[in-house]
Amino acid sequence: MKIAVCVRQVPDPESRLRIARGSRWIEEEDQPFVLNPNDEYALEEALRLVESSGGEVVVLSLGGERAREAIRKALALGAQRALWLSDGAFEGGDATATARALAAAIRSENVDLVLTGSQSSDLGYGATGTLLAAALGWAHAWLVMGVALEGERSVRVVREMESGWNEILRLGLPAVLSVQAGINHPRYASLKGIMAAKKKEIRELAPQDLGLAPDRVGLAGSLVRIESVAVPESAQGARIIAGEAEEAASALVDYLVKEVRIPQ
Amino acid sequence: MTPRTTIAVFLQHRDRQLHRQSWEILRLARDLGQSGGEAEVVSWLAGFGVEDLAREVARSGLVDRVLVMESPHLERYTPGGYRRAGLRAAEAARPDLLLLPHTYQSVEFAPRLAWDLEAAWIPEIVGFEEVDGGRLWKRPVLGGKLLARMSVSPGVPAVVTVQAGVVPGSERKEGPAASIERLSLELGPDQLEREILGAEQASSQEVDLSAAEAIVAIGRGVGGPEKLAPIRELAELLRAELGASRPAVDSGWLPRDRQIGSSGQTVAPRLYLALGISGAIQHLVGMKSSSHIVAINKDPGAPIFKSAHLGLVGDLHEIVPLVVRKLREGRGSSESA
Repeated sequence: MKIAVCVRQVPDPESRLRIARGSRWIEEEDQPFVLNPNDEYALEEALRLVESSGGEVVVLSLGGERAREAIRKALALGAQRALWLSDGAFEGGDATATARALAAAIRSENVDLVLTGSQSSDLGYGATGTLLAAALGWAHAWLVMGVALEGERSVRVVREMESGWNEILRLGLPAVLSVQAGINHPRYASLKGIMAAKKKEIRELAPQDLGLAPDRVGLAGSLVRIESVAVPESAQGARIIAGEAEEAASALVDYLVKEVRIPQ
Repeated sequence: MTPRTTIAVFLQHRDRQLHRQSWEILRLARDLGQSGGEAEVVSWLAGFGVEDLAREVARSGLVDRVLVMESPHLERYTPGGYRRAGLRAAEAARPDLLLLPHTYQSVEFAPRLAWDLEAAWIPEIVGFEEVDGGRLWKRPVLGGKLLARMSVSPGVPAVVTVQAGVVPGSERKEGPAASIERLSLELGPDQLEREILGAEQASSQEVDLSAAEAIVAIGRGVGGPEKLAPIRELAELLRAELGASRPAVDSGWLPRDRQIGSSGQTVAPRLYLALGISGAIQHLVGMKSSSHIVAINKDPGAPIFKSAHLGLVGDLHEIVPLVVRKLREGRGSSESA
């Protein structure tokens, strides 16, 4: 069983953001980045499947230096090899352009199963896995909360639904699964894993290596463009207190007693 | 003169009822049509035994045409079946824009529909803006911390999912009945792209938070389960139930049946105290009707502050123990008085 996992770096969801000059995106210099949280779950699921059924986990990432960071982390956690779509032409793409590039890279390997996070925490298109499946012509499920291989031909999948229920499905292989957060508890990298990662193969790819014209990928190959970003307006007009903890605690107690009228 | 545009609206349904967002999206289609010149609004319905729903929509005064595709293979949702129905509808209507509710169902099948139609994919819009050179779609990015305005290349159709509440209300007027057109769709089990084996309840749901008067909810910003003791103490003092955002539950800090938000419970207590919760839309939809919302977060840009009545920017691990102490002192003094 060969499993491909797509990962990428996103701005740390717990960090403060600054809008870049020109307001087209955030200032990325000095911005802390982390592995996209949902991708961590996808990677963990792939590692577990290979540990129990045998095989190989190949990690893919698209973008510049930060993509290599994501790859290094995945290799340290246990992925065996990596494909790095490192050419600048790949960058700035919408969900469609990104999936087109990743699909071409996956086609160059003999993959049985692809796992992605169900959504990125920055752009949140929620569609990388779906569009990969479209480009590859494979079956797909989104919001996967359980995966069990049934031999070489099919996979049993638990899919989250909105009403507190899960659907149980069978998909033929090869397939793409978009993994939902909470499916497992991702491991931490060990020192041994980090050392071993340094010797693992990272294959760098450009559009021409994948038989893609540069204008079919990245920003040039995109149908959607971000024109601007802004801080959303306040709905409630909240009273905001940004002082010492003592002052904040007093304000909260005052509010609880006078406005919420908590039972004393 | 602006050429007449066509907007296609997907009608999600379950148990012989239309999804509650259906009327919202149909009215959004009307608004979009009026702002960009006259538009034809075509809705499509895929299922089995859905004639009544088609008639209900046709009488709403909100659509020009209702396209209906029925098959035993469409009785239950599958991405293969629903995508093929969407393609058939698009073939009949030739839409410039396809609108769907932002639901777990739409977001599973619609990106691939966009791929097949060579259309742009824009999920989770919360509004739009007409500017020189076209229309901008507004959607949250970076966990709702920022609102992005996105454009689609000229002449390219777009598949757009709409967040609930963008066009509030559910009123509709009886209008002249729209035409109902049945479209044939050849479907076999191989085209459904999956086999449905069954369903199971996701969690035991032993805790019903919907009746709670007060809820103290924790998010990823709390940092870990070992840091819960002062928070539990505060909850006890406030006679509050503990709740959590999805990331905190996914990390195993509280059980799944305490999760609040689109994939958990919907609550509206008198007091909602959000600790270390950034406020992604998936969480906000589950608690925004609470009467008094207080948020403590170290990031002043956290979107939870937009939905709060009182916001405290700071370290919750410093603030919470102080609040506990002050509440205890207050009670002590009122007892001795």
